[in-house]
Amino acid sequence: MRITRRKTAALVVSAVLAGSLAACSPGGGGSTGSGTVTVYAAASLKKTFTELAAKFEAAHPGTKVTLNFAGSSDLVTQITQGAPADVFASADSKNMTKLSDASLVDGDPVDFATNVLEIAVPPANPASISSFADLAKPGVKVVVCAPQVPCGAATEKVEKASGITLKPVSEESSVADVLGKVTSGEADAGLVYVTDVKTAGDKVKGITFPESGQAANTYPIATVENSKNKELAKAFIELVTGSEGRKVLGDAGFGAP
Amino acid sequence: MNPSLNASPADGGHGYSGIPRWLYLPAAVGALFVLLPLAAVLAKVNWAQFIPLVTSAASLDALGLSLRTSAASTLLCLVFGVPLAMVLARRPFRGQRLLRAFVLLPLVLPPVVGGIALLYTFGRQGLLGKSLELAGIQIAFSNTAVVLAQAFVALPFLVVSLEGALRTAGNKYEAVAATLGAAPTTVLRRVTLPLVMPGLASGAVLSFARSLGEFGATLTFAGSLQGVTRTLPLEIYLQRESDADAAVALSLLLVAVAVAVVGLSYRKPGRQVGA
Amino acid sequence: MTFRMTARVHGRLDAEFTVAPGETVAVLGPNGAGKSTLLAAAAGLVKPHGGSIRLGDKVLFAHDGGRQHWVPPHLRGVALLAQEALLFPHLSVLDNVAFAPRSAGEPRARSRETARRWLAEVDALDLAGRRPGQLSGGQAQRVAVARALAADPELLLLDEPMAALDIHAAPQLRRVLKRVLARRSALIVTHDVLDALMLADRIVVLEKGRIVEEGPVREVLGRPRSAFAAGLAGLNLLTGTVTPDGLLVSGPGAAGGQAVSGTPDGEALAGEPGVAAFPPSAVSVFLELPHGSPRNCLPVAITELEPHAGRIRVHAGELAADITPAASAELGLEPGTQVFFVVKSAEVQLYGA
Repeated sequence: MRITRRKTAALVVSAVLAGSLAACSPGGGGSTGSGTVTVYAAASLKKTFTELAAKFEAAHPGTKVTLNFAGSSDLVTQITQGAPADVFASADSKNMTKLSDASLVDGDPVDFATNVLEIAVPPANPASISSFADLAKPGVKVVVCAPQVPCGAATEKVEKASGITLKPVSEESSVADVLGKVTSGEADAGLVYVTDVKTAGDKVKGITFPESGQAANTYPIATVENSKNKELAKAFIELVTGSEGRKVLGDAGFGAP
Repeated sequence: MNPSLNASPADGGHGYSGIPRWLYLPAAVGALFVLLPLAAVLAKVNWAQFIPLVTSAASLDALGLSLRTSAASTLLCLVFGVPLAMVLARRPFRGQRLLRAFVLLPLVLPPVVGGIALLYTFGRQGLLGKSLELAGIQIAFSNTAVVLAQAFVALPFLVVSLEGALRTAGNKYEAVAATLGAAPTTVLRRVTLPLVMPGLASGAVLSFARSLGEFGATLTFAGSLQGVTRTLPLEIYLQRESDADAAVALSLLLVAVAVAVVGLSYRKPGRQVGA
Repeated sequence: MTFRMTARVHGRLDAEFTVAPGETVAVLGPNGAGKSTLLAAAAGLVKPHGGSIRLGDKVLFAHDGGRQHWVPPHLRGVALLAQEALLFPHLSVLDNVAFAPRSAGEPRARSRETARRWLAEVDALDLAGRRPGQLSGGQAQRVAVARALAADPELLLLDEPMAALDIHAAPQLRRVLKRVLARRSALIVTHDVLDALMLADRIVVLEKGRIVEEGPVREVLGRPRSAFAAGLAGLNLLTGTVTPDGLLVSGPGAAGGQAVSGTPDGEALAGEPGVAAFPPSAVSVFLELPHGSPRNCLPVAITELEPHAGRIRVHAGELAADITPAASAELGLEPGTQVFFVVKSAEVQLYGA
């Protein structure tokens, strides 16, 4: 009698735990049954992919696109931990390679966009920045991404190629943090992607510079190996890489691959 | 052996606890809920690489910076938190409840919000920052910014602990001290502070621990640069992008430091107030 | 130095009195009478709403019209000894006693010397090295006395210093206090008539914040005019109006509206307010009205019976009679029984209120 009661209690507890853990996990464990395609995309793709998802749903009645945006490396971590993604769109090839190495990519990834760095300054441009070299002038407070994240890696590449070494006051972990420092006026300039400057609207002014071409970032997209709806996933990738996708991405500032 | 220690319930001879037996189950689940994730971190540690990972220049810079800034912010909390707690505990005034609510706000505020608030106060374009800038003082992207962010979130811990201790101690001793001819400052130094020392110490330790863990406000307000503003939590956040092993190793390091700090404050039970 | 105090604290205190140089005044009164408020006002821990407090020619408090003068506690030269010893738990006994001289700016060594002297004075020198937590209640209170005296106060305030002590510790502290309070200006709040008898020169009786009676100890206890003082003195007290042959008792009490005859003293003038006092031991209890002899017979209802020093104390409202247990059993007394309290006129003292 006693033992039975304890067993029951243990079962109840594990059920409760399992239930609450499931409720806490991202993605919610929703079904990827027919008609739904779950897309994990780099945070910089938020605006364009939201638009493309709407177009996809309109073109394929009865389908639903579930979007999950985060840093590319976070997304790779989530997918390798078993998150139910059908499509993965990365902001760089490095993270796509990580997923391939884990044998979680179905077929070959396709490059669908490129992105280059741009200087973001407060609208008034208090430090009168007009070139990449200006960023290295003494007294200029410049904020960049840390080398560990894609935009920081690109920054390093540009520095190497141009021979100009920056002395940033901060190396942020994300583009959003760099932009935050610029829009609040704490920094005189920040290095982010063209698309980020576009998204920020008139809160910052973008200054293009030729050296940025040295570090064009390529965005690959692929079907995830464990996808339960590879047909729909492929259809979505076709939309992104097709002319319609090209137009939406181009409007947002992305270059062609 | 101290006989009073022998009589403590921890040493056998339990008194009636009044705890229903079923209560142990949710209690155990609650304890597991905290312990299991820590165990998971421990299980993930790449032990072969642990020492090189935590002794890399970036890691040591981050740890050193965290310890230094946390010490500074704890000092700041003491300098301003002790008077604040005294005023809140001992002197009723209009708007006191409101002030207390606001002082405690950083406890529940998302740290990012704290960071934004600090930005608009001490930032270049901020309320005070503008004047400071003119005076040649720049806070953004400096050690000072880190300390301010930490103090902002840690101050309530000190104020809450100390105010509680002050209220428990009451002001009978202070009244006696005053009638013995001690001026208010003497009373504060020789009676009040020694009496609430356990509460003050645990408040300071909690502030230090909270400072050590500060992340959101620092990220938003101070930035992230190795050796200057990139504290241990920021380093962990960054390493996670590229080197998960390093992030895990540093997490363990931070957990170890936090456990040591918090453990230190609870090792000695507070001295009994009252004769 | 003479201490003069006139203090009003709304709802709690409205009193005026004096402590002459070297005099110890006992403040007595029921719970909530305002005794502690009076001490707190004298010590500067409570700010009165009106009045003035002076110690010698120093004005400690004055409030007339809009201007207010107030000296904070630490500058008053008034030390307070409370019911609890309140020794600072983080200091040794010696440093507790040295606290006041240290606060006054004496160097450590000298203040410890002073402390040793006062510890010796209260027979506690052997406790110097201890922590307050290691002392018994009586020891702690003696140390507290030494600590208060080490402040060299011009006025010492004692707030029921014996109340928290057990019956063995109280007599020793009382002896110590008797010694140290001699020739010292002090104000002692107490419940205990013994404290007043042993320690005080004068008594002030406080009821509901007002002084209802004051005078030399012997006079107040010998001829109480207030119910509280009569209680302390162990006497029954009836108040009313003096008549040519006694007292017409006033009020709604057990004997209200009745005439009592007694032995008047010279001061009792007919028509003036007066009191009649008699000890419970002089009261006999009868179930029926006795005949003959010029005695006072008060019809009362018993409210309570309790043992009292080998006899039974029979309470009837504010009156009491002491009879033998045997008599009580024979009469079959119990609460609610209607009886007559009978007392000989010769046993009743009559005097002006």
